[in-house]
Amino acid sequence: MEAVMDVWKDLDWSPLLISLKTGVVATFISFFMGIYAARKVVKASPVKKAILDGILTLPMVLPPTAAGFFLLLLFSRRRPLGILLYEQFDIKVVQTWLGCIIAATVISFPLMYRNARAAFEQIDVNLVYAARTLGMSETKIFWKIILPTAGPGIAAGTILTFARALGEYGATSMLAGNIPGKTGTISQKIAMVIQDGDYVTAGVWVVIVILIALCVVFFMNLILGKQMKNTKQW
Amino acid sequence: MGISIDIRKNLGNFQLEIQWKSEVSRIGILGASGCGKSMTLKSIAGIETPDEGQICVDGKFLFDSGKKVNLKPQQRRVGYLFQNYALFPHMTVEKNIAAGLKGSKAENQKRVQEMVQKFRLDGLEKQLPGQLSGGQQQRVALARIMAYEPDVILLDEPFSALDGFLKDRLQLELEEMLQDYLGIVIMVSHNRDELYRFCDELVILDKGAVVVNGDTKALFARPRYKEAAKLTGCKNFSDVRRIDAHTAELTEWGIILNLQQELPENCTSFGYRAHDFVPIWGERRENCLKVQVLSKAELPFEVQYYLQTEKQSDVNSANMQIQVKHSGIEKDSSTVENVISWFIQREQQPLLAEKGLPDYLQMVEERCMFLE
Repeated sequence: MEAVMDVWKDLDWSPLLISLKTGVVATFISFFMGIYAARKVVKASPVKKAILDGILTLPMVLPPTAAGFFLLLLFSRRRPLGILLYEQFDIKVVQTWLGCIIAATVISFPLMYRNARAAFEQIDVNLVYAARTLGMSETKIFWKIILPTAGPGIAAGTILTFARALGEYGATSMLAGNIPGKTGTISQKIAMVIQDGDYVTAGVWVVIVILIALCVVFFMNLILGKQMKNTKQW
Repeated sequence: MGISIDIRKNLGNFQLEIQWKSEVSRIGILGASGCGKSMTLKSIAGIETPDEGQICVDGKFLFDSGKKVNLKPQQRRVGYLFQNYALFPHMTVEKNIAAGLKGSKAENQKRVQEMVQKFRLDGLEKQLPGQLSGGQQQRVALARIMAYEPDVILLDEPFSALDGFLKDRLQLELEEMLQDYLGIVIMVSHNRDELYRFCDELVILDKGAVVVNGDTKALFARPRYKEAAKLTGCKNFSDVRRIDAHTAELTEWGIILNLQQELPENCTSFGYRAHDFVPIWGERRENCLKVQVLSKAELPFEVQYYLQTEKQSDVNSANMQIQVKHSGIEKDSSTVENVISWFIQREQQPLLAEKGLPDYLQMVEERCMFLE
């Protein structure tokens, strides 16, 4: 117990901050991109749908390290895109916090996309037709009818996306590395201290992660519960 | 005022080919399930696009494949009442009604209030659709359409999912609500009663094509086509052979009809409604069928007899003999098809109880339908 208290007192909180920041930003990006992609795919023709769906789901099916490999190929400063970003815009991806975000976004994106798509496909198509005959523009229909009706599915997708982004390890370690105070996320911290045999510090971080996870799930269920009570399932 | 439609669309298993024109404001489309009724409505609303043709409302082309005109549903000013009402489940009654309004907040608020008053939705403004009864939902759906002031309102089988009592109430309510609406209302249904009470003109569809259209009451009296007669509820048909201008043989029923009126030349089929037979006891009179009771079904307000004519019973016994010989073959389906139905109202039943089953059923000339 004393050992735990000692670790707690001298704990470097930067991994928590980095993980949370990365999780929030990645979820934010995945949220919009996932919904946008879902909307496009739902409306696409069957063949296009199958191809798009395959590509968009790939990051979820691939081992994260394989995704990390592709990301490195893309953003390495020895590759065209990496060079372009660095020389033209002074943007570095590899070994930076931006790398953390990109890795977490790419890996968590399919969860958002797939959940949003499933939610969209369950919507009563007559609602959309009715909205059209009432003169609502397609944009308005999307934001005012489709999105709210798909609310529960989208919220569930958002939780899963955030959880995945928060815990991302494989692709992050390859693209962003584990630079303490910069790109060192909780997952990487746990892996690192375990390699050093420091089980107490690892345990403390595991408990913190569990608490965050519980908070997120509890909070989201609260919102969902409220919505479910008023929305009648059809 | 007026609507004219001339569209074609390939629906895979059949070809939709709808063509009709109407100048009245209450139109009904009658047809069996899957005959293309809903597809026709959806084409008018712009939810579905026909392969080719024209749709014109009050001189305005909503769709014209020749001129590449295809207005979006948003631009057509056509309201659509869905069978399940399609109310937005997450929006309150107020918000549902306001969904299609474009004006300023104050204007919209005023319009919503008007609709709430008119459709007797006071006190329900903040409720969600899921908390409303079926009747209230229908009123909200109509209020939402009317707030938007469409030129045409389409009713897609508005009552088919309802039970008898509620259905009756809602029909009455819908008629009241639409009474002062000046635009065109088109109602689609497979129920002839709904359409008979509601529509001035009727379009009868069968397998994706218009069989006949015209004044509702005239069509029920003289459907002209066998398919139309069937859809308006006629149950008894026989093939007919024209002998001369005033006599015809009903070949399947085995009798000769003598008529005052002149027989149309191109008729191939004869129809007679189950309610229109007159029971005769004693002497045979003109245009009488001698029948034999096959079975009887008691309904709440009438009794339905299933009958067989003399000729049919001969044929049937002949069939029976054949079947005995080839005792593997299936039962001849024509025996069921050619059964004659006779409805007798409750008030007439004492007479039947007293005198027994009639010897003959007479067909009244004015009720005879000669069909193509």
